[in-house]
Amino acid sequence: MKNWLMLCVVALCSLAAHAIDVVDDRGVTVHLPQPPKRIVSLLPSITETVCALGGCSRLVGVDRYSNWPASVRALPQLGGGIDPNVEAVVAQKPDLVLLAKSSRVVERLESLGLKVIVLEPKNHADMRRVLDKIGQVLGTGDAQRVWREIDASVSAAAQSLPASVKNTRVYYEVNSGPYAAGEGSFMGETLTRLGAKNIVPAAMGPFPKINPEFVARANPDVIMVGERSAQGLEQRPGWSSMRAVRDGRICRFKAEDSDVLVRPGPRMGEAARLMANCLLSKAP
Amino acid sequence: MKTQRHRARILGGVVLGLSAALLLLGAGVGSTGFESVFAARHDPVALQIVWDIRLPRTLGAWLAGALLGLAGAVAQGLFRNPLADPYLLGSASGASMGVAIALALFGTSPSSTQWVVRVGLTGAAFIGAVVAVLLTLLLARGVQQTLRLLLAGVIVGVVLGAIKDLITISSVDVLQAIVGFMLGSTALVGWSACAVMGVLAAVCLLLGWTLAPVLDGLALGEATAQSLGMPLGAMRAALVAVLALATGAAVAQTGLIAFVGLAAPHLVRSVVKTTHAWLIVLSAGMGGLLLMAADLGARWLIAPQELPVGVLTAVLGGSYLLWLMHRRSVRVSV
Repeated sequence: MKNWLMLCVVALCSLAAHAIDVVDDRGVTVHLPQPPKRIVSLLPSITETVCALGGCSRLVGVDRYSNWPASVRALPQLGGGIDPNVEAVVAQKPDLVLLAKSSRVVERLESLGLKVIVLEPKNHADMRRVLDKIGQVLGTGDAQRVWREIDASVSAAAQSLPASVKNTRVYYEVNSGPYAAGEGSFMGETLTRLGAKNIVPAAMGPFPKINPEFVARANPDVIMVGERSAQGLEQRPGWSSMRAVRDGRICRFKAEDSDVLVRPGPRMGEAARLMANCLLSKAP
Repeated sequence: MKTQRHRARILGGVVLGLSAALLLLGAGVGSTGFESVFAARHDPVALQIVWDIRLPRTLGAWLAGALLGLAGAVAQGLFRNPLADPYLLGSASGASMGVAIALALFGTSPSSTQWVVRVGLTGAAFIGAVVAVLLTLLLARGVQQTLRLLLAGVIVGVVLGAIKDLITISSVDVLQAIVGFMLGSTALVGWSACAVMGVLAAVCLLLGWTLAPVLDGLALGEATAQSLGMPLGAMRAALVAVLALATGAAVAQTGLIAFVGLAAPHLVRSVVKTTHAWLIVLSAGMGGLLLMAADLGARWLIAPQELPVGVLTAVLGGSYLLWLMHRRSVRVSV
């Protein structure tokens, strides 16, 4: 009798077609009665992931930093990830809001009756998980295929490098604090996939503030840095005799390239290609 | 009075002695923790690290701290307010706005990029600080009314700070780049920066020492100062110039380092009651010692990582001040 009842419940559930339950990165189970049609994304990498899974047309608003693909630039901008405009978000009447853990508005939006899914892509594994979750939410079965494509393009970038370039020792500077991207960071993982050696080990954390003499001592072969943070890098005390500085082996990434490099999103393959090109042109 | 002057001399000696000791220690503390400088003699890389990175940053930390301590003593005397700090005339916000504008202009067009490269972030910070102080003086219509000056400084600070925020949140890239400046760091101070700060510190100390009597006069009240027959207007203007110059130089080279300028004069006053001339000199020494010690701790405690140096100045200076207050209140209640 009990089993029969259970069966009935299961049958009923499957009848309520397309209802979705998603466990987000807070551990909260979010119930969506049907696949969302009006989505707001408040994190650039999530915006890119939604679009990569073919959900771009369902986006009705993004944060001000989302700028890829070009079509999202025409959407209403609803503030930034750290300072979202609650009223503007609500005004879009979204049936789902996707945002990062760091955002302060989660409770506020939920108390206003919106469905909120919190996702926190920080590294390659997170990226895959977020891709799966968003695929689940959108109701497409594309997530696996998209992941395979991304993964393949990262591998292709790695294979394009000759053996001589592998094991190049790289210092990736995030800003002139100086803060570095260590092995454990998203950029660090991509570098590792390319076969390069990061001078900042994973034990130091993803983005440690480091002593400039640590870099001088490690004497990297190549320095990767965003164009804006690179100013005055050669003039830093004691850095002029470093191999990378002396021989001009510094890759300065433009702002739009930095976007690709630092976002744990579907353009990971492109990021790997940018780094590979840097290694190809600059590695000794 | 005589014993106080004696105490001031002793304190000066102790501060200088400790500074010298820390300078020597600083040459041995690096990304690998403590190591002997003598061991580095035979290794060209280690020698270069000691000579080109450690010594200038250690000395630079002292000089920047001295400039801030001096500016703090001048500000507290000038405004007759123990809460006054060197950034009161808006120079901190001005400097960070200068850096933000430079970062935003970088890459927008070839000519603006060239401009930014020529001026450099240090130059942009200094220009920003000077512009902020001039704006404050304009708003306060000169330096005659202390309260007006104080108010104008606070307002300019808030407005320029808001403009800086507006520029930085427009782009993630600028936001990233400005973090390093806002946290303040002595890590990238080289010999040329030391030379600039050294010359300015000497000039400011000299000016501060000669102009200090006006602060002593002001401490007794505006009317008394006037009755002493001093050219109050001109001397005040000169002191504001010293304050702006010292703060601007420190901020441009090391970014925003909080608390040193506020704490250094208090630390000196807690040990010795003296004239402003001595207070300015001793505060400079104390500020230098404080920031140098903080810099040392910042790179030693979790080497090869670093702590933000401003955090340590607050912990070091702040906990000492708290202990002093506690001791005093205990003594009073007993």
